[in-house]
Amino acid sequence: MSALASIHDLTVTYRRDGNAVAALRNISLDIVAGERLAVIGESGSGKSTLALAIAGLLPASSAVCGRIEWPGSGRPPLLGRDIGFVFQDPSVSLDPVMTVGKQIAEVARTHLGLTWSQAYAKAKTLLERVRLPDPDSALHAFPHQLSGGQKQRVAIAAAIAAGPKLLIADEATSALDTIVQAEIVALIRRLVAEDGMTLLFISHDIALATELAERIAVFRHGQLIELGTTAQIVSTPSQPYTRALLDAHIGLDAAPLLNRAGLHA
Amino acid sequence: MNPLRRFLRTPEAVAGAILLAALIGMALIAPLLFPGDPQAIAGPALLPPFQDWSLPLGTDRLGRDVQAELFHGARTSLAVGLAAAAAALAIGSVVGTLAGFAGGLVDEVLMRVTDAFQTVPSFLLALAFVSVVGPSLGIVVAAIALGTWTGPARIARAEVLSIRERDYVASARAIGMHPLEIAFREVLPNALPPVLAMSSVIVAAAILTEAALSFLGLGDPNRVTWGGMIAEGRAVLRTAPFLSIVPGIALVLTVLGVYLAGEGIVETTAVRRGLS
Amino acid sequence: MSLLAVSNLTKRYRRGGNTVIAVDDVSFYIEPGETLALAGPSGSGKSTIARLVLRLIEPDAGRIEFEGNDFLALRGAMLRARRARLQMVFQDPLAAFNPRATVARVLDDPLRIHGIASRAERPRRIAALLERVGLAADLAPRAIHEISGGQRQRVAIARAIATGPSLIVLDEAVSALDVSVRGQILDLLLDLQSQERIAYLFISHDLGVVRALAHRVILLDAGRIAESGDARAVIDAPQSAIGRALVAAAPRLKRTTQDAS
Repeated sequence: MSALASIHDLTVTYRRDGNAVAALRNISLDIVAGERLAVIGESGSGKSTLALAIAGLLPASSAVCGRIEWPGSGRPPLLGRDIGFVFQDPSVSLDPVMTVGKQIAEVARTHLGLTWSQAYAKAKTLLERVRLPDPDSALHAFPHQLSGGQKQRVAIAAAIAAGPKLLIADEATSALDTIVQAEIVALIRRLVAEDGMTLLFISHDIALATELAERIAVFRHGQLIELGTTAQIVSTPSQPYTRALLDAHIGLDAAPLLNRAGLHA
Repeated sequence: MNPLRRFLRTPEAVAGAILLAALIGMALIAPLLFPGDPQAIAGPALLPPFQDWSLPLGTDRLGRDVQAELFHGARTSLAVGLAAAAAALAIGSVVGTLAGFAGGLVDEVLMRVTDAFQTVPSFLLALAFVSVVGPSLGIVVAAIALGTWTGPARIARAEVLSIRERDYVASARAIGMHPLEIAFREVLPNALPPVLAMSSVIVAAAILTEAALSFLGLGDPNRVTWGGMIAEGRAVLRTAPFLSIVPGIALVLTVLGVYLAGEGIVETTAVRRGLS
Repeated sequence: MSLLAVSNLTKRYRRGGNTVIAVDDVSFYIEPGETLALAGPSGSGKSTIARLVLRLIEPDAGRIEFEGNDFLALRGAMLRARRARLQMVFQDPLAAFNPRATVARVLDDPLRIHGIASRAERPRRIAALLERVGLAADLAPRAIHEISGGQRQRVAIARAIATGPSLIVLDEAVSALDVSVRGQILDLLLDLQSQERIAYLFISHDLGVVRALAHRVILLDAGRIAESGDARAVIDAPQSAIGRALVAAAPRLKRTTQDAS
């Protein structure tokens, strides 16, 4: 159980309108190599900030204290090469004026030093792996010609194109409807297993996290509230906030509110 | 943070505000500092600057005090520039909002009118208008506005086309708001920021157009203007270049001040969204 | 007589030379005081139906009867006046309000437009509305972007009930809210429904919320009704392919030990 990344006392502060807003406070946790770790929390919990901090994508105006260590490799990780990042909104993360094939090929070319024809061949293979229908024509399609779910598949393909060790999915399914969300989650689970990647899955949906992750970290107001295996968190949460999050989930097996309010149909 | 404090924190805004304040100050104290007619003879002709401290900027071909002319000229240039820009922005915003919001035939008609005005170079339009109607301050303002309202109109229309699709416009319709109220109370104020961002360019263009009209002798002949001063200095450009350079510097500083202050205002009034 | 009766509603869009049928011959009804949910994947037409019912867009075919009158026949001032009875709550409360608005202005608008209170009375009405949705009256002068997402959605609900509507269309009204806030908003909606007898047309892709809140549900697939019936019955045992797919895709929280709730 070696740590892929070791976070020590990480504090991130954003500067807004002259005020300092602490997005993360003294976060210490390890990301185990090969695990699927979910970070869940509500808005303002700092979960996205953690993902950006690990990927090195924090804005220049942010102040960072503490450190992130990468014991396995001698150098800090390179975004694209060692870390793949999937954003929430594929309409924004994909370049609208570049074909899908070129965007994926570009990642392969830049980080693996392939020629353009090699990179395009790799892009086609990746489009097949992410189960995009008709990969040949998809290579030459533009993002606006694809549906939301298809765009997200492309974004995932681009993220794993250079064979990174860590895949970060930041609310990667939040903009998708339920059926497509389930497909993308299954896709991520399969790709991570096939390539032996470590997965960091950021979400506000605790049920979705329990379906995908081995360990869950609960964040609130920039602090790590609880960290444990999925079974521990779901069955025996030690923190009242975690318990409250679990209780607040309205799933298909929840008691109907109509009954709770004592109303008749 | 209240808008004033935000304004004062922006360096461009402060620099622009200082420049403009100085120039507006010049305009305001002109009659106090230099009472009487600035076009009256004050001393020997073509006195260079910094020779006689009662006439620090020298005198022109007829012996008029350049400094007095400069200060009085500020009144005209700034008044014309600001009034013309305000008129252009007002006309452009209303036309653009109506066209963008109404769509259909109204949009087509208004845009063809805008096209017609836009195909004529704005300076020539102003020139033609003043030539036909006659030079007076009000006519000069109207002439400049006629040539410059089309830019704000197009920008306002583009903004409105985008805002029209937003949820809060649908929301306003859903509560039963009258379309005209939606257009001018919900849509127009939110379409203004890019239009106002143009305002500094328009004010600058207006001041320069006025200067050019005066230079060509089409400004109000009873008033001192910087353009007129530059025109007067043309004849003696080799021997007394300061006569054209001094008002020219004033023009440059005015345009710079308007631009910086405009940028500052845009920064300040931008509605901030929360960090998500 | 149903509060809302929709028959053969159809809406087509032209997209790059092709005609897309967003809503295909859809018919349904809502009784006074009940909640009908429209659920389905994205592109199934549920948001389009919401906007058609509100007449934010016009249908290509079909009939809408609201409170016994032909709703589609209304125009201009008559339509605007009738809108007091039929209100909407959007998904994103930040986008649903003018970015420069304050809470007071947002609530003042419907009161003023429909002449519900005189200018002197309105501040008191606004305070009463805020309290009705569980907000402090001193929130009135605050700007919309200054308050939290949950508070904003409460303001949106306050605005929707300001004119005393008999039907409110809620388009993914809790989807953008934090989990901890969602339950409170749903409780508020139920409370309002039982007190004021307001019917809801509730659009959602979240079957869990639909099952908790709605009396009946209609499942949509590519603009057509795939299945409809009692909400719990349909979701617990879906008959249609899309119903089964939606239920299977919903994330489940498997708790091995049940906490007593």
